[in-house]
Amino acid sequence: MIRTEEMLLNVGPQHPSTHGVFRLVLKIDGEIIVEAKPVIGYLHRGTEKLAENLQYTQIIPYTDRMDYVSAMTNNYVLVHAVETMMGVQIPERAEYLRVLAMELNRVASHLLWWGTFILDFGATSPLLYAFRDREMILNLLNELSGARLTFNYMRVGGVKWDAPEGWIEKVAEFVPYLREQLKGYHQLVSGNEIFLNRTKNIGIYTKEEAIQYSLSGPNLRSAGVKWDLRKDEPYSIYDRFDFNIVTRDEGDVLARYHVRMGEIVESLKIIEQAVQQFPKQGEIMAKVPKIIKAPKGEAFVRIEGSRGEIGCYISSDGKKEPYRLKFRRPSFYNLQILPKLLEGESISNLIAILGAVDIVLGEVDG
Amino acid sequence: MVQDLLESSAGLMNFSIFFVLAVVLLFVILGFVTMAILAERKVLGFMQGRYGPAHVGGKWGLLQSVADVVKLLVKEDLIPKAADKPLFILAPVIAFAPSFMVMATIPLTDKLQFADLNVGFLYYIAISGLTIVGMLMAGWASNNKYSLLGGMRAAAQMISYEIPLVMSVLGIVLLSGSLNLNDIVETQQNSGWFILWQPIAFIVFFIAATAELNRVPFDLAEAENELVAGFHTEYSGFRWAMFMLAEYVYMFAMSALITLLFLGGWLPLPFLGFIPGAVWFALKFSVVVYILIWFRATFPRIRADQLMEFAWKVLLPVALGNIFLTALIKEFFLK
Repeated sequence: MIRTEEMLLNVGPQHPSTHGVFRLVLKIDGEIIVEAKPVIGYLHRGTEKLAENLQYTQIIPYTDRMDYVSAMTNNYVLVHAVETMMGVQIPERAEYLRVLAMELNRVASHLLWWGTFILDFGATSPLLYAFRDREMILNLLNELSGARLTFNYMRVGGVKWDAPEGWIEKVAEFVPYLREQLKGYHQLVSGNEIFLNRTKNIGIYTKEEAIQYSLSGPNLRSAGVKWDLRKDEPYSIYDRFDFNIVTRDEGDVLARYHVRMGEIVESLKIIEQAVQQFPKQGEIMAKVPKIIKAPKGEAFVRIEGSRGEIGCYISSDGKKEPYRLKFRRPSFYNLQILPKLLEGESISNLIAILGAVDIVLGEVDG
Repeated sequence: MVQDLLESSAGLMNFSIFFVLAVVLLFVILGFVTMAILAERKVLGFMQGRYGPAHVGGKWGLLQSVADVVKLLVKEDLIPKAADKPLFILAPVIAFAPSFMVMATIPLTDKLQFADLNVGFLYYIAISGLTIVGMLMAGWASNNKYSLLGGMRAAAQMISYEIPLVMSVLGIVLLSGSLNLNDIVETQQNSGWFILWQPIAFIVFFIAATAELNRVPFDLAEAENELVAGFHTEYSGFRWAMFMLAEYVYMFAMSALITLLFLGGWLPLPFLGFIPGAVWFALKFSVVVYILIWFRATFPRIRADQLMEFAWKVLLPVALGNIFLTALIKEFFLK
């Protein structure tokens, strides 16, 4: 027998494939991982603590910076929590704008994931295609909110800006365009033998494990759990749209890929319907006081973000700042299963598994 | 011409002619390398919906590679404190030198060749194998775990892919009865290009050659998403440039070899014989290079263990089967 020695390998925080400042301390035997220990916190900014000294409207920009790839959903969860406490009725037009913004952002987020995930396997072209199409969404959201990533778009009671003239038509045009592009995406990647070899039967977890580890979003649905808050606990106006929950039973990396690709299609369906139903006239802000004070008490809301369930807990003592604010950040919870998945895998698989979890470090570290 | 020089007596005159010719060849190759890098970036840009280099040196970024090389040459020479210094310095040289040595036997046309060796193909394989030593040295000397993993991968990969590479050519050797690259091309003059006679060998050879060149989808040794930059993680400046240069010179050499073995070298297509051989060679050669770049724009990277499996379980048996088949055909049909 050859005597082998275990080696300690530090992956990150500066490593091209950790998608940010994520660190993994690996014990490896050759290229096989014996033990993996994730280290987080390099991007911790103390959002929750800072929020305790900020008025509710001032907190919104901070939520942009949590999951900076999908900031609209973060915006929404906060205003949704405050609105729930105050019992505000949101105008129709504002609701539609919110849904459009959130779904467009979900598509943008999944596109970014698609590009970087394939990039992790060494193929450079898909990234550029994904970015080209994501850019169009960012332009749309830019026209809407004046920012490309950190939108700061939603307000308690509605949205900050109305849709500019012609915006809805542009969105309507974008939907068939992306559907056409998606065909090309599938042609380029989904059937590629090398890609299938690298993703099939890798990083498998079962339904039960997924629930035990508190996974959510596409990570949960890829293991066969049919759970989507947009359908199961409809918030906003999601009960008006006809769309499916994409699930897969395999629970491997490839399943997560297909779930996300399917979700892009479903989101496009929602966008299409929202564009058709979009009210021509109407307010974009409800009547809310200038200085927003949540009534005494507490509230917890959860919504389906791009990466999973985003929760927001607010405890208020009736002042204009929250007494305590807590976010359930899905990337953080999705990451928990990583050490278990990595055990016994090779370094090449590490990249595939980590990529498929789809983490955003701003969200993991809060 | 070169052959006469080689056989004439050694004098100062002959030596200087030789020296000048070698320098000319060196510059031709270096010129190719700078253009190849530019071409690769332009073609990749075209395939990925962007421009590629567009500003330096006029309209098409013609001098982009020159600017890059100058930048690399004037960059500070960094050697990590914990590195094995002599090995660290020696490694790029060992990786780089053989890439030029192999160019000697490659006939660019029927007249332009430096050494008409009887074992031309074997020489190519033997010398190019030395580069692995350089990569392994670089991986070891850097004293970096990623480099070490990259170096080990490079060595394992190149050794296993050299075998199907050689085996696939044996069919051609059987048909032409020679290892001399000139003879191989001349045989094709009578029989037609070997890509028609040896399609299986061509496919095996092309795959193995891509692996030998460390190019996508076999660029595991420097898989930046897993191993940061593989064996040259700690290298920068002109030492890094040497590794890159070696890689592109090998691309030149391997494309030339594919052209010679399978595409009939400088032989023209029927009825187009009035176009000189050098142009034909350049054309076929460019097609091969283009396909390699095309690969890079299309494929993801294969996994390390699957790569080894593929070499030993698929390519090698196919190549062996091809030899058997060729021998049968030669025995029963071509006698």
